[in-house]
Amino acid sequence: MTLHDRLLALDRRWVFGVLAVFVIIPVFLKFSVPITPVKEVREIYDFVEGLRPGDHILLSLDYDPGSMPELHPVAYAMLEQCFVKKLKVITLTLSTTGAQMVEEAIKDVADSCRIYHGFTPQRGIDYVFLGYKPYPGLIILGMGMNFRIPFPQDYYGTILDSIPMMRGIKNYDNVKGVINLSAGNVSDYWVADGNARYGVKLALAMTGVMAADYYPYYQSKQIFGIIGGMKGAAEYETLCKNPGKATDAMRAQVFAHVVIIIFIIIGNVAYFVGRRKNAPTQESR
Amino acid sequence: MEQTASMSTQIWTTVGIFLTFCLFSFLYKDNPFYKFAEHLVVGVSVGYWAILLYYTNLRQNLLDHLFQPGTWTPKFDELYYIIPALLGIAMWTRFSKKYSWISRYPLALFLGISSGIAIPVTMKNNVLSQLRGTVVGLGFDWSTSGFLGVPQGFWDVVVVVGTISSLIYFFFSKEHKGAWGGAAKLGIYTLMIGFGATFGYTVMARISLLIGRIQAIQDWWKLLG
Amino acid sequence: MKRQIPLVLVFIFGVLLAIQYFIPSEPSQKGYEFVLDWITIIGIFAMVLGIWSQIHVGYYKIRHRAEDWKYSVVTMVSMFGMIFLGLSPFGGLQGTTFRLIYTNIFIPIQATIFALLAFYIASASYRAFRARSAVSTVLLVAALLLMLRVIPMGPLADPINKIGSWMLLVPNLAAKRAILIGVGLGGVATALKIVLGIERSYLGKD
Repeated sequence: MTLHDRLLALDRRWVFGVLAVFVIIPVFLKFSVPITPVKEVREIYDFVEGLRPGDHILLSLDYDPGSMPELHPVAYAMLEQCFVKKLKVITLTLSTTGAQMVEEAIKDVADSCRIYHGFTPQRGIDYVFLGYKPYPGLIILGMGMNFRIPFPQDYYGTILDSIPMMRGIKNYDNVKGVINLSAGNVSDYWVADGNARYGVKLALAMTGVMAADYYPYYQSKQIFGIIGGMKGAAEYETLCKNPGKATDAMRAQVFAHVVIIIFIIIGNVAYFVGRRKNAPTQESR
Repeated sequence: MEQTASMSTQIWTTVGIFLTFCLFSFLYKDNPFYKFAEHLVVGVSVGYWAILLYYTNLRQNLLDHLFQPGTWTPKFDELYYIIPALLGIAMWTRFSKKYSWISRYPLALFLGISSGIAIPVTMKNNVLSQLRGTVVGLGFDWSTSGFLGVPQGFWDVVVVVGTISSLIYFFFSKEHKGAWGGAAKLGIYTLMIGFGATFGYTVMARISLLIGRIQAIQDWWKLLG
Repeated sequence: MKRQIPLVLVFIFGVLLAIQYFIPSEPSQKGYEFVLDWITIIGIFAMVLGIWSQIHVGYYKIRHRAEDWKYSVVTMVSMFGMIFLGLSPFGGLQGTTFRLIYTNIFIPIQATIFALLAFYIASASYRAFRARSAVSTVLLVAALLLMLRVIPMGPLADPINKIGSWMLLVPNLAAKRAILIGVGLGGVATALKIVLGIERSYLGKD
């Protein structure tokens, strides 16, 4: 068995093992990866920065624990940015199993504000968590008429009208913009039912798998920004000067990407060597 | 007291890490630990979802309209909410061989409404706005330098050509031969760059999820610390 | 009555809701609000079907001692256990044990299931991502260039970032736009087929 045959027949568990090692090693190394925010991320940051204290913003956190590493850092950085800017933050989730995760993220950020900024955002005054509803399209359409149609109460069962920061807030006309953090097709609903139907000013933060698919909406100005995957999350943390888990993870990303690129190169070299060696055999037949 | 809470946190977090390793064991080969964790999460997620659905949906959107909140005392001013409730319950006849036809009524309403809403919105969102973006949205600015120092207007033309050729590739009513076939070929190359971009991003996405678990294990280690 | 009335309902509501988009008058908006409110409630009941289906499958497997039925016991016990712990006497959604299970059992398992995909994409990159033809070479090169953006490349970083941005905003944009337009036209055609009664598979048999 030649080397290239061995390489082609390599047990996949070796590949798994090498990847695992190269993702674990950077955890113990201390070096920083240069992060340069791209335009589409910066536009979202600038939008939030441009809002005035007391303005309402809607964060639709539509992901579940399966996508936490990519989107949780954005949620943390953005929530803190909003709280520090004294914005009124309306949060909700349209993801089936994300409600408690989102609720805990809000509490964590509120705690962080208490520790690092000397104030604690108050539920009902600085933020509201509307909770979870199924059928994202219908819910987004419903909120376009009145938040009270799909969400007569918040997650904790408080009637919306009795929540101080929701008084006078009827629908999207009363919020400055919507930022959707999504790990699935909820983004499609936000663009179609939120932007196309009601003209919502919309930006998307999404998993890497989805990011490349949404550039047509960005160019056609249906959305004003894209935060794509963990790299985008790290860029947002950098802009907020609030490095967190995404920035930290970029070290491992670098190692893992190098390994995968090497895998691709080795796989192709072995394939071409094998093809060249097999070619005369086929001719002789 | 604080010590107890900390111990409880340590135990619960350790359970989570144990389950993480149960799942990672699948990478070696399928085994009972993996299967246990896999079936456990199905049950837990359905149970969680059922409770979430009851408290934040059924109760808030229906029961609180029909009964005084927190009680079963009927409210008569919004009694008409009984109609969507009955239509909803009619959905459940789906499992009965004899009465499953009843479920067609609410299903028909649901589909009719969803389809009716979708027609103009999808047309505007996916078709008209995209066409507008392709023609009006691009500036065709020949004075600004774009990628490789080439005028941006050129790249705008490339977008238009790429979009049209990709659409031609998906059009199978005419045989892909001659100039039409050439355009379709250009389309497939354009599509491949698009799929390549998606693949590149997907690698990052999948690695991110693994890093997330490694970070969780690291946090657990520090917690035990 | 069993087939015709549903078809008429789909047609009437489909046409009304499609027209409503173009009529922003007060009564039209009120009707629209009403419809959205009701349809959400009907939808909630449909969700229960999913839960019932899960119970049904689990029960069937256990009763008939199907392959791996013991794991179905795990599913059923964990599901009913979670429902039980989420009841009001235990604090509902704010119940301590309910929340601990979500945080320490549900989150780690779900996150790890998705994390496993990292290994499979690495394996696929090694074993299947080949430059077999001109078309697959284009795909491979595009993917590599996007991946290189993550790696600090010193003086090469700037050109690689520029190539990445160009790829996303020119050829990728064109490709994904064509797909979006195709999906949009397909979606509208399907919706029309449902409203006009051409697509009837939702009615089932008989």
